[in-house]
Amino acid sequence: MASIRIITEKCYGCRLCAGTCPFGAISIIDKKAVIQDNCTLCGACVSSCKFNAIEFIRDETSEAADLSQYKGVWVFGEQKDGEIAGVVPELLGEGRKLADQLNVKLAAVLLGEDMEAAAKKLISYGADEVYLVDHPSLKRFNDESYADILTQLITRYKPEIVLMGATTYGRSLGPRVASRLNTGLTADCTKLEIDREKRLLLQTRPAFGGNLMATIICPDHRPQMATVRPKVMKAAEPDPARIGEVIRPDVVIPENVKVKVVDVVTTLCEKVNLTEADIIVSGGRGLGDPKNFALIQELADVLGGAVGASRAVVDAGWVDYSHQVGQTGKTVGPKVYFACGISGAVQHLVGMSSSDTIIAINKDPEAPIFKVATIGIVGDVLEVLPALISEFKKRLG
Amino acid sequence: MASVTVLKPLFNLCSRERSVKMNIVVCVKQVPGTTEVKMNKETNTIIREGVESIINPFDTYAVEEGLRIREKMGGKVTVLSMGIPSVAELLRSTISLGVDDAVLLSDRAFAGADTLATAYALSMGIKKIGNTDLVICGKQATDGDTAQVGPSLAEKLGWPHTTYVRKIEEITGDHIRCERMTEDGYEVIEMPLPAVITVVKEINEPRLPSLKNMMRAKKAVISVWTADDVGADKNLCGLKGSPTQVVSTFVPEHEIKSEMIEGNAAEQAKKLADKLLSMRFPICR
Repeated sequence: MASIRIITEKCYGCRLCAGTCPFGAISIIDKKAVIQDNCTLCGACVSSCKFNAIEFIRDETSEAADLSQYKGVWVFGEQKDGEIAGVVPELLGEGRKLADQLNVKLAAVLLGEDMEAAAKKLISYGADEVYLVDHPSLKRFNDESYADILTQLITRYKPEIVLMGATTYGRSLGPRVASRLNTGLTADCTKLEIDREKRLLLQTRPAFGGNLMATIICPDHRPQMATVRPKVMKAAEPDPARIGEVIRPDVVIPENVKVKVVDVVTTLCEKVNLTEADIIVSGGRGLGDPKNFALIQELADVLGGAVGASRAVVDAGWVDYSHQVGQTGKTVGPKVYFACGISGAVQHLVGMSSSDTIIAINKDPEAPIFKVATIGIVGDVLEVLPALISEFKKRLG
Repeated sequence: MASVTVLKPLFNLCSRERSVKMNIVVCVKQVPGTTEVKMNKETNTIIREGVESIINPFDTYAVEEGLRIREKMGGKVTVLSMGIPSVAELLRSTISLGVDDAVLLSDRAFAGADTLATAYALSMGIKKIGNTDLVICGKQATDGDTAQVGPSLAEKLGWPHTTYVRKIEEITGDHIRCERMTEDGYEVIEMPLPAVITVVKEINEPRLPSLKNMMRAKKAVISVWTADDVGADKNLCGLKGSPTQVVSTFVPEHEIKSEMIEGNAAEQAKKLADKLLSMRFPICR
């Protein structure tokens, strides 16, 4: 274990280190610097000292032994309004496989208010244990308090792997926690495996807008943290008969939290959440005119899907930015994706190419969208869409 | 909400307050302008030399937002980046947009940094710049797509953060209230300053360079700071300070066999409906 100490004979109490410490973990007591318990051994203070009065020993060899203290696979049980996020059963399905390979327990961490029923649900999806922190101040997701409590739990229980959804919350909370723990975090993973020999998590993720896949490890730090792209891993099937333990750990609930969530607004036009939708009907410039975008909405309504759009039509003001799919918009992975009048610029493709079935409708047979399409229709969207709408209306009654 | 421009003269009267003028740091990243990817086989890091480079598109919204806040409240916008020496010229282009100052952290010690080591280096740069009220980053970079540096940087600074900001509702000398985009809407979040925000494209429309600022950019001196200059511990920088390692990379195979549906529109619609309904796809009316 690395260690840090102030060599008091050399310390002049100049306060430089206290100002440098990102954690406010150094106090000046009796004109000498004193390192407090909240020191994370980041070492930022060492070089700030003009008198070489801070000794930081980074013991590489003993650190390896230290890793064995970390055991178990954790999943962050993201919730909103008490409802477990769609990605959580996927994380539990994947986490179960990893935990079985490592021969350890799978646990979920759940923060919120009145979450007993949700905790049971997590067990039914495969969690052996649920660490439940139930407190009124945790009702809504809050970066600061959630990061604080999650860090306390990880530090105390030492899981070797922590998985979160690559959602708005997960992609904000993950880096905050990993940074505090000074451990590695791999973003937006699409594949997770275990190297059993080295007991390492192999984390594969797309980079460069999906043009390159990289497999990443975190060999010398624990926990190994990853955010996982929603709709990629297979969700666990719930089994209400499963037995697990709900643990209510003793944690310090942070007071005087600086970040205040003043309001949470669900916009009506996004009643169907794009990132969680099973069917998405997207429209692009091939529709020709903003009023034709109503066809997209109509087909989506008939199929019970969500409405997506290409960047071109969002920029042209036909539809709100919240509908934009692609690199500068949302990344989606529905079961069925309709690309209607979308040529398929690479920036659009990276946002939707992980969809199970892609249906492309475009009058240009050379359009790049056909390269990723499962089913292609060469034709005028203004003819094909009305035909599809009436066909599905007829079939679905 | 009272207009900030109206309040400004009042604030100027009580100058003992922490000045209401905002010191803003915008973090930008150099990314390849093309989608072509070259890797260094030995270190498994990306070869950034020899590829045309641009400023990460998301960061241009961060720069614009910084300039807008400065125009409203007064103050200073400093652009900060970490990268190879040639990034300095890219930073110059932000001065032609109206940025006051540009700083580049450049040192062999920074090479091969993952998001944690990058956040650490940037935090040391921000500490050296000093007196910062607000740090603005783009929501993510188009090469790594991680979206991790913003929150990680906030943690290293010990400041609060909000990601995916689509609108700043209010900003004063000591707090910010902004809207964060979520999957199904948005949240209104309030934080004291100093703080870090990451912004989405919806927040604004970036301006074009002005002639006056282009002239200024030509003569501007871009500060280049080394790890020692910012007092960074080299063990926490670059490859050494990166807990994550890339073990392998590969170009994904697109093995998609497209099936084309022929016929007129009505026939195509019928065949597609047959196909989809036989797949029992989840129609959730």
